Amino acid sequence: MTAPLLRTKGLGKAFTLHLQGGTHIPVLGDVDLAVHPGECVALWGPSGAGKSTLMRCLYGNYGAGSGRIMLRHRGADIDLAAAAPRTVIEVRRETLGYVSQFLRVIPRVATRDIVAEPLIARGMNRGEALARATTLLHRLNLPERLHGLPPSTFSGGEQQRVNLARGFAPFYPVLLLDEPTASLDAANRAVVLSLINEAKATGAAIIGIFHDTEVREAVADRLYDVLPQQDAA
Amino acid sequence: MNSATTMDSPRASGTIDSPRASGAIDSPRASGAIDGYNFAYLDEATKRMIRRALLKAVAIPGHQIPFGAREMPLPYGWGTGGIQVTASILGPTDTLKVIDQGADDTTNAISIRRFFTRVAGVATTEHTADATVVQTRHRIPERTLREDQIIVYQVPQPEPLFRLEPRRTETKRLHALADYGLMHVRLYEDIARLGHIAKAYDYPVMVNGRYLMSPSPIPAFDNPKMHRMPALQLFGAGREKRIYAIPPYTDVRSLDFEDHPFRPIRAPHVCALCGSGDTYLDEVITDDAGGRLFVCSDTDFCAERQADTAKEAAE
Amino acid sequence: MTPHRPEAGGLTPLLEAQGLNLRFGAIPALIDVAIDITAGEVVAIVGESGSGKTTLLRVLSGMMAPDAGTVQWLGQDVLAMGEAARRRLMRTEWGFVHQNPRDGLRLAVSAGGNVGERLMAVGARHYGSIREQALSWLAKVEIDASRIDDLPRTFSGGMQQRLQIARTLVTHPKLVFMDEPTGGLDVSVQARLLDLIRSLSRELGLSVLIVTHDIAAARLLADRILVMRRGRVVEQGLTDRVLDDPQHPYTQLLVSSVLAA
Repeated sequence: MTAPLLRTKGLGKAFTLHLQGGTHIPVLGDVDLAVHPGECVALWGPSGAGKSTLMRCLYGNYGAGSGRIMLRHRGADIDLAAAAPRTVIEVRRETLGYVSQFLRVIPRVATRDIVAEPLIARGMNRGEALARATTLLHRLNLPERLHGLPPSTFSGGEQQRVNLARGFAPFYPVLLLDEPTASLDAANRAVVLSLINEAKATGAAIIGIFHDTEVREAVADRLYDVLPQQDAA
Repeated sequence: MNSATTMDSPRASGTIDSPRASGAIDSPRASGAIDGYNFAYLDEATKRMIRRALLKAVAIPGHQIPFGAREMPLPYGWGTGGIQVTASILGPTDTLKVIDQGADDTTNAISIRRFFTRVAGVATTEHTADATVVQTRHRIPERTLREDQIIVYQVPQPEPLFRLEPRRTETKRLHALADYGLMHVRLYEDIARLGHIAKAYDYPVMVNGRYLMSPSPIPAFDNPKMHRMPALQLFGAGREKRIYAIPPYTDVRSLDFEDHPFRPIRAPHVCALCGSGDTYLDEVITDDAGGRLFVCSDTDFCAERQADTAKEAAE
Repeated sequence: MTPHRPEAGGLTPLLEAQGLNLRFGAIPALIDVAIDITAGEVVAIVGESGSGKTTLLRVLSGMMAPDAGTVQWLGQDVLAMGEAARRRLMRTEWGFVHQNPRDGLRLAVSAGGNVGERLMAVGARHYGSIREQALSWLAKVEIDASRIDDLPRTFSGGMQQRLQIARTLVTHPKLVFMDEPTGGLDVSVQARLLDLIRSLSRELGLSVLIVTHDIAAARLLADRILVMRRGRVVEQGLTDRVLDDPQHPYTQLLVSSVLAA
């Protein structure tokens, strides 16, 4: 079996809320997770168990409290938990993609450009990047007339599809998906399933949170249990 | 306008002996033209202070040197700076010519000439060729000046960046760093608005490739005369208390753009009196019916040319 | 245009400051501040008024000397530099965008002249090419070409700020200091300006050091963020991590005080 693309060792995370008298809230403890190329792992656990927190830790959006996050980047394993900000930015540009539940809308930037931006950042020429963005948006059933508009006025489902197009466009080797189908109809859900399966076929390692059983069963190779931490405060 | 030694004769007061005859050149008491005044009005300490400023100015061509300008018996704007410079360099054997806008016979020129006649007793002339010191307001004589002559300019505003940067501390810094992009911005603005550089007088120059300098409000037409001029050029600004200078044979370049080169401009006419086609002309309104003449602004040069023409015709 | 591509962590920084300390009488303005910025990086300095962020910007750009500490530009000591060298730097490899466009523009000079000034200051002497570059920069900052000969005082605040940016970027600086560039502008105008700064900095591979108290602006523009309080950097790191998972009590307060950042 090939080496995992992403592996955590003893990953833990707690929050200290200084504004609430220093309340200490442990969320994750001793997470040991390994994801191999072409594999999709679904995080599993009750609401509030820390699935989204784990995702954010894996993306570097939350700092890891303890443990390591080993990621294959440029042919070598690096520890994302200890990486300098510049390295994290580079990893996100080249190796690690993240589709969050909500699109962070950038004022005035057209949908097509939002999707093409990570491609251009990786060095693809602008024309090619825009063409790929357009193709993906079409595939996700976003009509051409919307491509030139900033998505701030779009519906939740439309924004989610823009977000998905942006996440799938660059073919990241490791992809994190947080409820990618939450606000989608059946037709678009099917498109997302095929996108995930195509990414797996190209050897991507995928970690997802899928509340939709049907989706989860269609894409996940296995489940990883995220257990609620005892309140240690 | 027919006499070399002018209508305001130095001997008119008759209070002292001729300064040329006097042996005591540097004795302030002996050589004054009227009693109670030092030679050339300023006291010797002031003259020394100004001469020190002049030496420094000559040593740093185009750089403005502050000096302790004195109150003079005429208002600011009438040439107090030029007069103080002239007073400091004048000796009893000098011959002074004073012009205002090129003319020897205008109020300002006559007043200043009369002033030096009375306080220094020096000889005066209207002929450029006969003068050792020429004090001028707003012109350079048409006749090329020689090594043994000095031209003193009256300067209202010595700071070429004045209209662009009102802070003195900042303009000093800009000069120190030779940071002159700003002046080009001004010229850019002219071209953008009018299609050409519209500065017709006080056209900024670079002296010796180092300092940006205001040539005083002479017409841009006169700027090329400053370049490598054999005569020493001195500039005095009384109200602004600044002196600057251009030593003989110094490079003086008018600022311009590669695609909008400096062009000295003059009215496209010939002088109605002497027929000259290459001198700076004044426009003279002759009646209320739109009648006008163009005549040389340099009255001495014009008179000489007329005399030459008359002589040729007579021969 | 080359895309925005900062290299890996080991790259030598363009600007690097260490051990900066400065007091205004009894008030400490900077306490042991260290900061660096590499090519193509956008770094935001956030904090409330009086936290020392503008002072830090002035010290880093050599406008003010610290009591102690070093500032190096490409290995060169900025604080030991002569004024002439520093000014040259300021109009070639550096740029400064002031909060108030009136501090960065010449209001009595046309828009084209404002953009052209830096070019002329570094020796451009061809009117036609200066004008051409001015026009191209006005287009980049979305000012209509027909306004090239108008005075900036006839422009709106947002336009003035965009003009200031064009004027600063025309000589292709490597590093631009920005002091609250969106302060005092309407929200809608702010969004446009932020987008412009964002796209230009990416397109040109600019390094930007931006001081702001606008958390949303910092999130939109910056790769990294430094949080300052009472002259100290209390927290720094990856922008989204500092804002989404703040560790220091002050950062938590700052982030929680923002409406929907």
